[in-house]
Amino acid sequence: MVDKQLGDQIPEFGKPKSGGAQGASLSNLSGMVSGPGIRTLSEIVAIILVAVFIVGGAEILLRVFDVPVFVLPPPSAVFIALVTDFQFIWPHLIDTLIELFSGYAIGASVGLLLAAIITQYPFVEKIVAPYILMLVTTPMLALVPLLILNFGFGYAPRIIAVALASGPMVMINSATGFRRVDLAKIALARSFGASTFQIFIKIRFPMAMPMIIVGLMIGAIFGLLTAVGAEMVGGGFGLGNRLTTFSAMIQMPQFFAVILILSTLGILIYVTFFLIGKKWASWET
Amino acid sequence: MNKTSGGQAKLVVQSASKFYDTRSGPLHALDNYSMSVNDGEFVSVVGPSGCGKTTLLWSMAGLHSLSGGAVYLDGEAVTGPHPQIGMVFQDANLLPWRNLTKNIQFPFEIKRIQPDLARIEHLLERVGLQGFGNKFPRELSGGMQQRASIVRALSFNPSVLMMDEPFGALDAFTREEMNLLVEEIWLETRKTIVFITHNIAEAVFLSDRVHVMSARPGSLASVFEITYPRPRSLDLFATREMFDLVNEIKADIQRKPGPRVVDPLPPGQTKTPAVG
Ligand SMILES: Nc1ncnc2c1ncn2[C@@H]1O[C@H](COP(=O)(O)OP(=O)(O)OP(=O)(O)O)[C@@H](O)[C@H]1O
Ligand SMILES: [Mg+2]
Repeated sequence: MVDKQLGDQIPEFGKPKSGGAQGASLSNLSGMVSGPGIRTLSEIVAIILVAVFIVGGAEILLRVFDVPVFVLPPPSAVFIALVTDFQFIWPHLIDTLIELFSGYAIGASVGLLLAAIITQYPFVEKIVAPYILMLVTTPMLALVPLLILNFGFGYAPRIIAVALASGPMVMINSATGFRRVDLAKIALARSFGASTFQIFIKIRFPMAMPMIIVGLMIGAIFGLLTAVGAEMVGGGFGLGNRLTTFSAMIQMPQFFAVILILSTLGILIYVTFFLIGKKWASWET
Repeated sequence: MNKTSGGQAKLVVQSASKFYDTRSGPLHALDNYSMSVNDGEFVSVVGPSGCGKTTLLWSMAGLHSLSGGAVYLDGEAVTGPHPQIGMVFQDANLLPWRNLTKNIQFPFEIKRIQPDLARIEHLLERVGLQGFGNKFPRELSGGMQQRASIVRALSFNPSVLMMDEPFGALDAFTREEMNLLVEEIWLETRKTIVFITHNIAEAVFLSDRVHVMSARPGSLASVFEITYPRPRSLDLFATREMFDLVNEIKADIQRKPGPRVVDPLPPGQTKTPAVG
């Protein structure tokens, strides 16, 4: 009848919660969602001016010093390549996105689920911890040749690599979140008769939310890196494959056009999770 | 069991004992503690730090189990969280990711019943929190948070309210304000209230009876009947009788525990101060 985690314990009220895990989550999260918002017209003007200055400066410098295009193409050339060659590049963008979304969907959901389950059993957690750490620290790219050997040159090896790269990242961060227990809040829910499942859904999950969002973001970015890397290793499609092809053919403007697309993707991932964090995790400031 | 002034025994604690398992062996936190709270009565428990007050209250609320003895609510043994008990915790214990409205509806969500919106609205108005429904806990002062938590505890209309040092973290002014509010709410609703506090004056101001707990292992040392007429005013804090009574209770707490008192109301230890 007594909650198993609450047991005999009386939470310490009023005192700030200690624990490195929580500290990490706070700093991660505030770094993520506390970025300055753009508000006034003058801010927008300043941002545009600086961007114009940087791009224009690069253009002028590269032309004045007559830097060869195969070393570093001027922004204008990259932009023209992006516009004119986009029709050839975008199918590859779609390929990369397919790999990223499917691999991430698998990796993130498995990672999140495992984190939620494992943290409920401290004993199991201790046993699997070294393997999780191994999964996190091993560059999954290293497995791609093996995966290609087993699964051919299609989407499969890349999707697997993306899942293997993003899953552990989601898992380790979410686990940190799920490990945060606030006995006072658990006791509160218990006092209204909450079941273990209700405590998980209504207390543990929201408490873990900030760290889950951080994990999902890091996982997505790792997924993107791994997708592109895997494409560079083998197979005839995807943005990573375009990078190797364009550089082999010394088509530097096209090469940088792809780079530009990739960084845009990265920024989109960041902004997406920034906004999700603002909506769902801003209570933790 | 002891029965005072008319009301029926609502809550009965019978020879409650509690041992905690610690690395250095069992720790005796609660020793053969008995008390009885009548329907609609306001009872405070005071005692030295670490004497087992929270242990007692949490066992009464069914949040913790006892090693020996039992707690009865309306004659039924309390073995787990009870729908007739509302808890108010030390700090307001609001959920920071929910706004005020969502926090107050939390018990209904857990119980899977429709929130009693009219009752909630009335309570919010009663404690002066109407219009704050969209605010998050961090946007509210400590006093407002604690008022919200009282509304939350009362929202589902439990017959017993258990409060564990609810105002310990508040400043003196807010604390007095809250004391007045609690008395008013009690007079209006006539809930059975068990109130734990370090602050003897607060206990005297609010209670019909003040139970003094001995140092660990906590057992009942003495009971003081407080008969000041209701509603009481904050001026009471400044009166001579109150001052003397508080000091008497304080002396009682500081006294080394004498021979263990088994009967909750031994004759001669019941103090009935003159009406001020
Ligand atoms: N889970 C636990 N394990 C071991 N000892 C405990 C545990 N919880 C409480 N204790 C001990 O039991 C004793 C009574 O604790 P309790 O919190 O009930 O006292 P209290 O009267 O509420 O104290 P305070 O006035 O500080 O709130 C204390 O000595 C405390 O250290
Ligand atoms: Mg306590």
